[in-house]
Amino acid sequence: MNDLFSKFDALIAQREGLLATGVKDPFSLVMEEVKSPTVAVCNGKETILLGTYNYMGMTFDDDVIAAGKQALDEFGAGTTGSRVLNGTFQGHKECEDALREFYDMKHAMVFSTGYQANLGIISTIAGKGDYIILDIDSHASIYDGCKMGDAEIVAFRHNDVEALEKRLKRLPADAGKLVVLEGVYSMLGDVAPLKEMIRISKEAGAMVLVDEAHSMGFIGENGRGVAEEQGVLDDVDFVIGTFSKSVGTVGGFCVSNHPKFEIMRLVCRPYVFTASLPPAVVACSATSIRKLMHNSNKRAHLWENSKTLHKGLRDLGFQLGTPEAQSAIIAVIMPDLERGAAMWQALLENGLYVNLARPPATPAGMTLLRCSLCAEHTSDQVADILDRFERAGKAVGII
Amino acid sequence: MTDRSEMFDRLKGLIAPFNKKGVEISEVTTFAGDLEWDSLTVMDFVAEVEDDFDIVISMNLQAEIENVGHLVDAVKKLTD
Repeated sequence: MNDLFSKFDALIAQREGLLATGVKDPFSLVMEEVKSPTVAVCNGKETILLGTYNYMGMTFDDDVIAAGKQALDEFGAGTTGSRVLNGTFQGHKECEDALREFYDMKHAMVFSTGYQANLGIISTIAGKGDYIILDIDSHASIYDGCKMGDAEIVAFRHNDVEALEKRLKRLPADAGKLVVLEGVYSMLGDVAPLKEMIRISKEAGAMVLVDEAHSMGFIGENGRGVAEEQGVLDDVDFVIGTFSKSVGTVGGFCVSNHPKFEIMRLVCRPYVFTASLPPAVVACSATSIRKLMHNSNKRAHLWENSKTLHKGLRDLGFQLGTPEAQSAIIAVIMPDLERGAAMWQALLENGLYVNLARPPATPAGMTLLRCSLCAEHTSDQVADILDRFERAGKAVGII
Repeated sequence: MTDRSEMFDRLKGLIAPFNKKGVEISEVTTFAGDLEWDSLTVMDFVAEVEDDFDIVISMNLQAEIENVGHLVDAVKKLTD
């Protein structure tokens, strides 16, 4: 018998080699208790959370929790069905209403996860003979959406306007084209030049999809994301988003003004062939989305946190993914996987959780410690975080 | 219409700056195995070839290109 698992041997060996150096497995951390959006107990130790994408701290919002409890009581634990059969409850419609209002768009479609939103929309709208033009550093869900569909896939260098333009010009003028961009790229926390890219895409007759997963709720005047911030939201055909970041729950969505958008509910397989979100989740999400519309103080504090952490880490001598804070993600570049894992563990032992990101998820084979800030982090916590980075960095020999 | 050996030479010239180990280039030289290119190098190289020939090599097509001979065939087909 040919063992189908032998293809994973290299990865198994790499993992065993890493664990043999004495570090704990960075990919099997358990949060034993979660005390707030910014504090949990890991390995019996109180730990500041700095890698949860819980940007607006809505996970413990009183109104959000109350809405969830009420829905659990009134509608039960689950829907046991697809959105197109028995799985659309009042709460799903209210959630889509909240999204339409939040983005001021005509159509909103809620998926069970953000991953499925990208998978579904991309694989369904770009078919055989069409072209998808995407940034090489796109999220896995975008690539998987491409792989699931039948379109031709063309990649361009990360955030390179000229590379996008050249490729668009080389494609057949009459072919269907979908340009897929992200507002904030989650690995380095850098922002895309959407204004230029969308203009070029429209000139080439392409439709544009922008994933605003990491910008919803705090970038742009109304928290609609980078496209709003750069004044080009009206030219975006499809915005993809998630509930598992600023909204603080789980789920995904697409909003659009396309006049035929509603047909997606019948033809999009990752929407049709899976169970819908539980009533409590959509109730929490709808409440959270409505609260995110009025949040300017929290947004301002989040930006202040992000800028303080960025400057502090830079001053300590760490190498960062962006020259200045462009989002609520600050990526600290590690020299290699071994020292990255050692640093990750040293931080955890100092009571600080960050994301360890490694290839192939990262660009250019980098190992990153990804920090994502929360509007609920206090200024004291940010000072503490810097202090712990300094201690761990010196212990591991990175600074 | 370019003749095959001419196309091979032109592509060999484009490979050269990325051939850090000085591997001998033939039709059967593989990009992942012999040249040991990672995904980033592949992307940079593909962009060079695309710009040089003013073509687009989709990722679908790239998945089928394992060695230099495959690349010659693919680029010939795209430029003919």
